[in-house]
Amino acid sequence: MELLDGELELREIQKLEGHTDRVWSLAWNPTGTGVAGMLASCSGDKTVRIWQKGPSGSWDCSAVLEDTHTRTVRSCAWSPSGKLLATASFDGTTAIWERVGGEFECVATLEGHENEVKSVSWNASGSLLATCARDKTVWIWEAQPGNEFECVSVLQGHTQDVKMVQWHPFLDVLVSVGYDNSVKVWTEDGDDDWHCVQTLGEAGSGHTSTVWALSFNSAGDRMVTCSDDLTLKIWDTSQNPSETSGDGSGSWSHLCTLSGYHDRTIFSVHWSRDGLIASGAADDAIRLFTESKDRMVDQPSYKMLVKREKAHDMDVNSVQWNLKEPKLLASASDDGTIKIWELSEVSKLVEHMLLQEFAAGTGVDRHQTF
Amino acid sequence: MILFDCGFDNGGDIDDDNDEFPSKVGKYKAKTELHHFCSLPILIRIQEMVVGLLNANPIVYKKKERRARNVPTVIDEVTFTPTIEHCSMATLIGLCLRVKLMRSLPSRYKVDIRVAPGRHATEAEVNKQLNDKERVAAALENPNLLELVDSCLEP
Repeated sequence: MELLDGELELREIQKLEGHTDRVWSLAWNPTGTGVAGMLASCSGDKTVRIWQKGPSGSWDCSAVLEDTHTRTVRSCAWSPSGKLLATASFDGTTAIWERVGGEFECVATLEGHENEVKSVSWNASGSLLATCARDKTVWIWEAQPGNEFECVSVLQGHTQDVKMVQWHPFLDVLVSVGYDNSVKVWTEDGDDDWHCVQTLGEAGSGHTSTVWALSFNSAGDRMVTCSDDLTLKIWDTSQNPSETSGDGSGSWSHLCTLSGYHDRTIFSVHWSRDGLIASGAADDAIRLFTESKDRMVDQPSYKMLVKREKAHDMDVNSVQWNLKEPKLLASASDDGTIKIWELSEVSKLVEHMLLQEFAAGTGVDRHQTF
Repeated sequence: MILFDCGFDNGGDIDDDNDEFPSKVGKYKAKTELHHFCSLPILIRIQEMVVGLLNANPIVYKKKERRARNVPTVIDEVTFTPTIEHCSMATLIGLCLRVKLMRSLPSRYKVDIRVAPGRHATEAEVNKQLNDKERVAAALENPNLLELVDSCLEP
């Protein structure tokens, strides 16, 4: 995709309404049916909604997953096969739903956390699930036949509420971020022996307030974190070849900090396949960042490409790029709505408008080719 | 920025060991018993405090609106001053303030709540939690705590 400076914008395709409380999180089904697939959303109304593009081209709610969680559903994640959906709730449980045709059935409930579960993530092969909670722990579960899940490890290390967990795109490396302002990297020594191999804290160019989310790039050699300290930080593993053990775990180092772009807490960040970083913040805006191709600078740097103010009427809690159509972005807000956006070139819009004006003015057939 | 003086006396046995929103409020369910946890002068003070905020707010709102270019969002900072360095009480008062503001102000208002600097032993921790909307939301899902907050805010 060729990106032209200052000529891109996020165009609102549709607003999805239905939830009766704030929408916390979104997840695109990695497989799904049709061109753009299926979207799951979870809310303070204790339900999960599934949205699909109908034959008319508009997105409709095709299922409501309710009567299972007894409190806010905070996070949801599809398994790599797209057949299972994990939902994490303030009620302390993580539910596993199986998709059978258009219906969803709760096939397992994972219990163990002492209080609100904040996030859930599947590893690349779908064999492992990770959850984290306000109890400061990260749990790793193994998926077994018959939709059975066994807890194989409880990871201690964070000193406060853990806000999000995310698996590396292809390695069994887990990263967690939280209220203690830190980013922790976890790997396995074999035999379910998981431990923290690295902590990216305040001392090492880390965040100075709660870290809310993280996202890996598609190559798996960079990750971006967002925080209440109003910055985005990019980290990478490719700069220290002597220390890289090839398993993506060791020596994540700080690459750059994007500051001055946000003036309220950044709740969500997501790195697209095409290299665009989307952020959702408490100022109701969505911003897009990309790596700067400025040859004058030695260090890789990032710049803001698009700022969509008033994307929602309230805080943006989640931004997620569609996995198959890289120009499609979904966002969720405290205002209870979800929006589907398309990244498009302003110039094409302007060109179209000008053509329309011209055709209207001169009476020329607007379908005439120029 | 609006400063409030909130004086109160130490009422009841409160868990002072952690900064988290009080969760052990089960035994204070009955309204009469709540006065042990949150004595009458405190309840009245919170009400006065919040009413004072709302009366003062239109002035602050106008000022902010002039500065913000076409953005109707108002960002306001409310500072409250507990006169005793009692962690759980500061957190509870802050939470009551947060709830009252949520219920009274239009949703476009963004409010940051702070304990007045230098007046509280663990002010950083209290502030962090009061301004973490996920923590506040989770706390308010505790029916006992919500009932306590409602009682504090009742006229």
